[in-house]
Amino acid sequence: MGNLIKIAFRNLYRQKRRTLLTIAIISVGVIAVLLFSALSGAFKNMMVGQITDSMLGHMQIHRKGYVSSLDNLPLDKTIDAKQMKKMGEILDRIPRVEAYSKRILMGGMLSNYMETTNIKVAGINPKDESIVTPLLTSRIKKGEMLKKGEILLPELVTKGMNLKVGQSIVLIVNNVDGSVNGQNLKIAGIVESVVGPTGKYGYIHIDDAVTVLRMDEPEFSEIAIRLNKISSLDKVTRQISLEIVEMKNKEGEPIFEVHSWQELSPFYNIAKMIDLMSLFINILLVAIVLISILNVMIMAVYERIKEIGTLTAIGTLPGKIRTMFLMEGLFLGFFGSVAGSIIGVILIIATKFAHITIAFGRNENILIDPAIPFDQMALITLVSTIVAVLASLQPAIKASHMDPIEALRYS
Amino acid sequence: MNKIIEMKNISKIYRAGEVDVPALKDITVDINKGTFVSFIGPSGSGKTTLLNLIGALDTPTSGILKVDGAETGRLSTKKRAIFRGENIGFIFQDFNLISVLTVYENVEYPLLMVKETPREKRVKIVNALLEKTGMLDQKAKYPSQLSGGQKQRVAVARALTTSPRIVLADEPTANLDHDTAFMVISLMKKMRDESGVTFIFSTHDPKIVGVVDIIHTLEDGIIMKSEEVTHG
Repeated sequence: MGNLIKIAFRNLYRQKRRTLLTIAIISVGVIAVLLFSALSGAFKNMMVGQITDSMLGHMQIHRKGYVSSLDNLPLDKTIDAKQMKKMGEILDRIPRVEAYSKRILMGGMLSNYMETTNIKVAGINPKDESIVTPLLTSRIKKGEMLKKGEILLPELVTKGMNLKVGQSIVLIVNNVDGSVNGQNLKIAGIVESVVGPTGKYGYIHIDDAVTVLRMDEPEFSEIAIRLNKISSLDKVTRQISLEIVEMKNKEGEPIFEVHSWQELSPFYNIAKMIDLMSLFINILLVAIVLISILNVMIMAVYERIKEIGTLTAIGTLPGKIRTMFLMEGLFLGFFGSVAGSIIGVILIIATKFAHITIAFGRNENILIDPAIPFDQMALITLVSTIVAVLASLQPAIKASHMDPIEALRYS
Repeated sequence: MNKIIEMKNISKIYRAGEVDVPALKDITVDINKGTFVSFIGPSGSGKTTLLNLIGALDTPTSGILKVDGAETGRLSTKKRAIFRGENIGFIFQDFNLISVLTVYENVEYPLLMVKETPREKRVKIVNALLEKTGMLDQKAKYPSQLSGGQKQRVAVARALTTSPRIVLADEPTANLDHDTAFMVISLMKKMRDESGVTFIFSTHDPKIVGVVDIIHTLEDGIIMKSEEVTHG
């Protein structure tokens, strides 16, 4: 085997320029894939982070049918206090759940005593909400986080009605019976709107929501959940689904349902598209490696027909000739992908230090933080190397099956 | 003397499109161990075809061919390769050295790839052969750095590395000048004398014809004449 490796190396060395060119082509392909994966991954993570950390949370629990009528914010599809207690017990048992925030959502009218506008409001516990949606605090452009008797208003509403922090407004809502109730609230702050559903909501304290809706005891519209790691989303979604499916109505049907952010936000499709583009880029890399190695190895076999004839004549077994050519392909693929990976990582680090920012939605100067997980990089290197070996297979088989007489006669 | 090669009614027919082209017709000849034998004849007379059959590179269309007792025509491709590695040494007109390997590595190659000989033994064999062929001081050079005569001496050494029973040399002096050709032939004869290996040539070089023990003259695939040469 050692001699086969030596000969394979020497054969690559004798065509230095071609070898370097092939390695360079594979490297460029690997660099392109790594950079694209790192940048698109960073953009995707940033986008997902903006969506989940601003308002949505990683997942939400609703009464069945609530999400499909989300535009109306129905008050008759809620989670009552008893059910909430049970739900809390379930969530507290799951270590991957970092925090959860109970919300009461409502639609209503906002009046500054001179003019009115419609508004959607979320009743929250500020402490829980700040953990589940950590970007909420940073979205407060003016003022501060609300307390009881206060409201956070979306920027667009305050601009339209010329409202200022500290001013009083009246929030008018219909309760579940249809009667109209109103409550005076002080503007605690102005929140920046975010893209996506629920991105233009105002916030009040959950106790104020219970009061204005004239609830005897709190009834929640949704529970927003934050996980320790978003990577465990599918696992936890499944686990919670399995647990809450046991909570059934009189007809024996599950009362609640779990939705991950992917099901709640249309931006999931963009994230999927990014993944699809990554896949296409990866396929492109495979094609680059395949074609360049195949081309080089076919040329190598044709150039060395007489040599193959000599090797066969002196008794070299076909398997060894095959292995020799496969090794050349293996080395080309391996060195090409390793060189590409090293350069790719250097470029990713350089991009990190370049502090490239982009605008997303209403947020400008969002820092792109490209990163490539080691396992993904190892996978790209491994796939490129395997593809290189596979591309060498046909020329290697051809060489090993060559008729020695024909090969020796070749000139 | 013991027969090392037995050929009985050997024929070889190649197919060229729709036409059968007979290369050898009904060849019957025996070759004894340790002899220096030459097949001579014009181009296309069947010399190389005959050497290919003896060297187990090809199989006869009909007839019986035994090389050192083995009927090579009945062996599979893989077994013929093994047979060649163990019993046959080849010397080619164009030397056919592996350009990426040094002189030493070219001679060592069959021991590594074909016989898988331990390193210590390999070093001993290769150095001894390079010394005998006068190439020991050139062992670190690559074929491109050698003259034609030097290349053929390396090829002789390589052919003898695995201690074959037979060495086949197809026009070994065709690409060499007179003096070099004579030196290479002398070297081969010396090797034959020392090792008792059977040397079989295809040639029309009178320098070789002058030193061989037996000459078989081929014409249109038929042995026209076989004569023993007495050296004075």
